[in-house]
Amino acid sequence: MSKLSEPWLYLLPTLIFIFLLVLVPLVTGISYAFYDFDLISGTKEFVGLDQFVRILSEDDIFTMSLVNTLFWTSTSLFFQFTLGLGLALILNSGFTGIKLIQPVLFVPWAVPSFLIGLMWVWMFNPVTGPLPYLFEWLGLMDSPENILSDPDHAMWGPIVANVWFGIPFFTIMLLAALRSIPNTIYEAANIDGVSGFAAFRYITLPLILPTIVITLLIRAIWIANFAEIIIVMTNGGPANSTQIVATYIYDTAYQKMDFGYASVISIALLSMLMVYGFILGRIRQKMTTYV
Amino acid sequence: MIRNSKYIFIIGFLVFTLFPVFWMLKISLTPDRLLFSEGIVAWPSMITFDHYYSVLVEGSFPDYFLNSFIVSFTTAAMVTIISCLAGYALSRFNFKGKVAIMTILLVTQMFPIVMIIAPIYNVLTFINLVDSLTGLILVYTAFNLPFACFLMQSFFDGSPVELEEAAMIDGCSRLQAFEKITLPLCLPGIGATLGFVFTAAWSELLFALMFINRQSQMTFPAGIMNFVTKFSVDWGQMAAAMILALIPVCIFFAYIQKFIVQGLTAGALKG
Repeated sequence: MSKLSEPWLYLLPTLIFIFLLVLVPLVTGISYAFYDFDLISGTKEFVGLDQFVRILSEDDIFTMSLVNTLFWTSTSLFFQFTLGLGLALILNSGFTGIKLIQPVLFVPWAVPSFLIGLMWVWMFNPVTGPLPYLFEWLGLMDSPENILSDPDHAMWGPIVANVWFGIPFFTIMLLAALRSIPNTIYEAANIDGVSGFAAFRYITLPLILPTIVITLLIRAIWIANFAEIIIVMTNGGPANSTQIVATYIYDTAYQKMDFGYASVISIALLSMLMVYGFILGRIRQKMTTYV
Repeated sequence: MIRNSKYIFIIGFLVFTLFPVFWMLKISLTPDRLLFSEGIVAWPSMITFDHYYSVLVEGSFPDYFLNSFIVSFTTAAMVTIISCLAGYALSRFNFKGKVAIMTILLVTQMFPIVMIIAPIYNVLTFINLVDSLTGLILVYTAFNLPFACFLMQSFFDGSPVELEEAAMIDGCSRLQAFEKITLPLCLPGIGATLGFVFTAAWSELLFALMFINRQSQMTFPAGIMNFVTKFSVDWGQMAAAMILALIPVCIFFAYIQKFIVQGLTAGALKG
């Protein structure tokens, strides 16, 4: 076996799966953007770039959903990451009862997303859930009301649900990275008088940085595309205040049955995520120690 | 002081994590007529197991359980093995087209799934695997692979290549060096990948709803959805079904976390 073909051999099974079940469908899905789907006759007509003009010139909901996507993604990601990292560091340091508590803390990641949505809808509803009363007691609200029906604050509902769901992801990934750091490194550093925060800053952080960057990259992409929780909790409302690009695509495709335009919006989202991915990809490339 | 604040954090996390689940449990045990009449109380004045009974007996939930387990376990095993190979190639080799492959893997994650369901359905029809667990396993494998590859790559990146090279200089083949040196070092990563893919497959709804029609082949989330729409189900039954769905995942996680913790205690870096 020549040195040149060796990596390709290892990559082959992955490439076959991705090509047949992801790439081929993806290209088909993108091609919808150039067609206008007629529901009544069931035919589609080639319209070229007409639908791209529409998204750029006359779609206010798209602009609004774009702003909402930024808020939804950055806020969810911030809380998921900081809380997840904190939890991973605590779990890694070890304490009594860790074996019992650790699996419990990972539970939210295993709950199907539509059930997460339903669960938090009940939690925020003053008829079935305790949260409105908690907010009133804390002085955040004048009377126990449903935050999901308040256009100014409705987005916080799905965000809380999303943070609840996403913390374990960061905890698991970062914990595994932390556990991969050999203890001997810390022991050697300790002999040299490096410990505590300095050890975290100069040993732990650089060694888990590749995992941090890749998890931040992939999670941001997933969250931006993550429509289920919002669809279940608010369906984009009230007054489009929780409409993100992903829910707008779902709405356009399956409520208005306009697959062509839905594909155009998908391409817009894809292009923006690609820019983000490119930036983080460059950062990761600079950091990769072993090539 | 540091010790105490640590426990305060952990208790905070536990409350945040468990309270919604506790609330679900409460609703699942509350008799229908008390759910709305009693208002917000920490525990109903009487409890019932009727909801659990109807979920387990009237729905085909034991079947859904088995299907979900087969699908999730097979997917997790396949993805872990395949991504282990790919991640190793991406981490240890420098070759033409590497950046292109990584870009493609990343881009596959960016396109909204709702837009590619119909084209995937056509592919499955073509290979005659619509309405079968095998078809579902293949789709799940394909969609979980990109992230798993990145994950395995970053774990291989994090394990020192020098040890492996030393072993190869000492006469090990690449395969032997991989098996004896790198693999044990990356066990926590493998455990995390397994756990991650298992739960992703366990909770996936959209593909399961679209590609499976036969009642006997349904996975757990699709089964719950089906149950809801078919029997105009009440919240109590829904909550009961959800509590039941959590049990196997908790058991699996309890097992997997042992794996993650043990990974490094083998002490491969000594000497």
